[in-house]
Amino acid sequence: MDLIVFLVFAVIAVVAAINVVVQRHPISSAVSLIGVMGSLAVLYLLLGAEFIAAAQVIVYAGAVMVLFVFVIMLLNAGTETRTGRSFIASLLGVPVLAALLAMLAYFTARIYPRGTEVRFGGFRGGTAEAVGRALFTTYLLPFEITSILILIAIVGAIVLARKELE
Amino acid sequence: MDSFIVISLIKIFVVFGALMTILAYLQWVERKVIAHIQVRPGPYRVGPHGLLQPLADVIKLITKEDLVPPYVNKVLYLAAPFLAITMALLSISVIPFGPAIQVGGYQTWMQLTDLNIGVLFILAVSSMGVYGIALAGWSSNNKYALLGGLRSSAQMISYELPLSLAIAAPLLVSNTLSLRKLVDTQDGWLWNWNLFHGWQYVSFIIFLIAAFAETNRVPFDLPEAENELVAGFHTEYSSMKFASFFMAEYANMITVSCMATLLFLGGWVAPWPAAYGSGYVPVAIFAAAGVIMLFHGLHPARRRDRLTFLPFGLILLLAAAVFLVPLTQSALLPLFWFCAKTGAILFLFIWIRGTLPRFRYDQLMQFAWKFLFPVAMLNLLVTGLVVAVFS
Amino acid sequence: MMGQVPLSWFLMLSAVLFSLGVAGFIFRRNIITMFMSIELILNAVNLTFITFAYERQQVAGHLLAFFVMVVAAAEAAVGLAIILTIFKNRGTLNIDELNSMKN
Repeated sequence: MDLIVFLVFAVIAVVAAINVVVQRHPISSAVSLIGVMGSLAVLYLLLGAEFIAAAQVIVYAGAVMVLFVFVIMLLNAGTETRTGRSFIASLLGVPVLAALLAMLAYFTARIYPRGTEVRFGGFRGGTAEAVGRALFTTYLLPFEITSILILIAIVGAIVLARKELE
Repeated sequence: MDSFIVISLIKIFVVFGALMTILAYLQWVERKVIAHIQVRPGPYRVGPHGLLQPLADVIKLITKEDLVPPYVNKVLYLAAPFLAITMALLSISVIPFGPAIQVGGYQTWMQLTDLNIGVLFILAVSSMGVYGIALAGWSSNNKYALLGGLRSSAQMISYELPLSLAIAAPLLVSNTLSLRKLVDTQDGWLWNWNLFHGWQYVSFIIFLIAAFAETNRVPFDLPEAENELVAGFHTEYSSMKFASFFMAEYANMITVSCMATLLFLGGWVAPWPAAYGSGYVPVAIFAAAGVIMLFHGLHPARRRDRLTFLPFGLILLLAAAVFLVPLTQSALLPLFWFCAKTGAILFLFIWIRGTLPRFRYDQLMQFAWKFLFPVAMLNLLVTGLVVAVFS
Repeated sequence: MMGQVPLSWFLMLSAVLFSLGVAGFIFRRNIITMFMSIELILNAVNLTFITFAYERQQVAGHLLAFFVMVVAAAEAAVGLAIILTIFKNRGTLNIDELNSMKN
């Protein structure tokens, strides 16, 4: 049962990720990226990370991607045109990517040949209480620093995107 | 494992059927209430008192020509209403309508599924509901639809912040994220409700205002106003796809009303415990309604009222009798209180629609960012301080 | 026991998503699509963190994924504001044409 869930959502994630990279119009890439994030949220649930799954949907798929979709709709830049095609790049591109992928997969399989099996419910420490407790005790300093980081980002975005004062 | 799947399937069918019927008749209630506020009769021709009007509307929408204009982005155009209605219906699946009940030897909760992170699930699903509207506006390839879609989605994400902060305050008081345990902490008398016991008056008001904006209802319905933007984001949609957007809006309304009931008004808990006779309130209400209907049926104002009022009066008296049967009391009484409270908030939605004018778009956005969001943060801060100091 | 997923499959899925993100970043010329490929890379890394949190039965991996999410959100906000300004000034989103600081 867990195997079927993993296979279905892993296939959806990979197909959507390929769609992100391949599509001509940015809005189709954005919608496919939302699909990737949704299926990753399901995989997080399988790994027992219930709070992070909810945060992924609320923050990443529900706010960051809305920002992307808004910018694409406002800019209305249309589909992408090809400029400066390099012959060597189109020849070596896909093989090099496949080589990178094969290397990563080989080293992964070598470290974990028949490692732990993941079972839904195998890790019960991902509740909101556990994450909150760690966030406010062990990781308090990074928490405060990221809140200042978000404040800086807000101020920066507002300054960059407002109308120029004549 | 087997019985769990069978029970869940039965619950899904029951809840889905009930929800679809309630969606259709919520539109009838809205039209009737707004009509009476405006001193006119409302739909009254199709069936007695217009009760078959939703059926007529459904038949009209199904048999209307389903037009897909050639200049739209086909994939997104077809996906947008599907996304909107899916997200709207998905959030009903974690709402508890009552406590555990015994049905023929199996014990089950009156809830499709209980999640540890139930409240976060509803927030997540409502965040995804923004895409249905934004993509509908974009894919229609029409400047009015695009403007309406962008305005509506900007409004929804702006009001998501005060909504989340207003939800976080009673969660601090109740100390749980699960919707079922939220109601369990409000058990008892009227003053145990989060609204009174936890002093969440400000949170309740902020939640209601943000809920009006989230569901695109008056006074925040500029993005879909008919006299402003042709028809907003659903200009290019016809028949069933248009109906999907409407169903999604009403389903969202039902969801936020249920959330208000669970978070602030004590869910399915009666205002005073059953030991002191709160079990007789629904009996009294239905019996009084039945007696009044029988009286008007026997002394009719119009001749055909004799035919319609008498059977309905008898049906209402029968409903009052059902509430006296001890076998079904444990399931029906909590359901009655939950529906009564949710119905009161839905009536508030409809009442405000008939009363208030709508905000201009920049007034709406200023109100969200300059007033409501700071007030919600302050409210959360004060609630956190009080909870930390007094416990 | 049927129905359990080997841990290395999660890591390989993360590797596949990471490589696709790198491919998108290198091969595409539209700034917004390159930005979305970066988000894909960050998501793949999040999956790795959560997988190792499962293996070690600790919640620290979840915290790291949470901080990655927060930083990605801040980065998306500022980056998209920069892209808006660039489009207002240069009129193009093609990165081959945005190759000088001079106007």
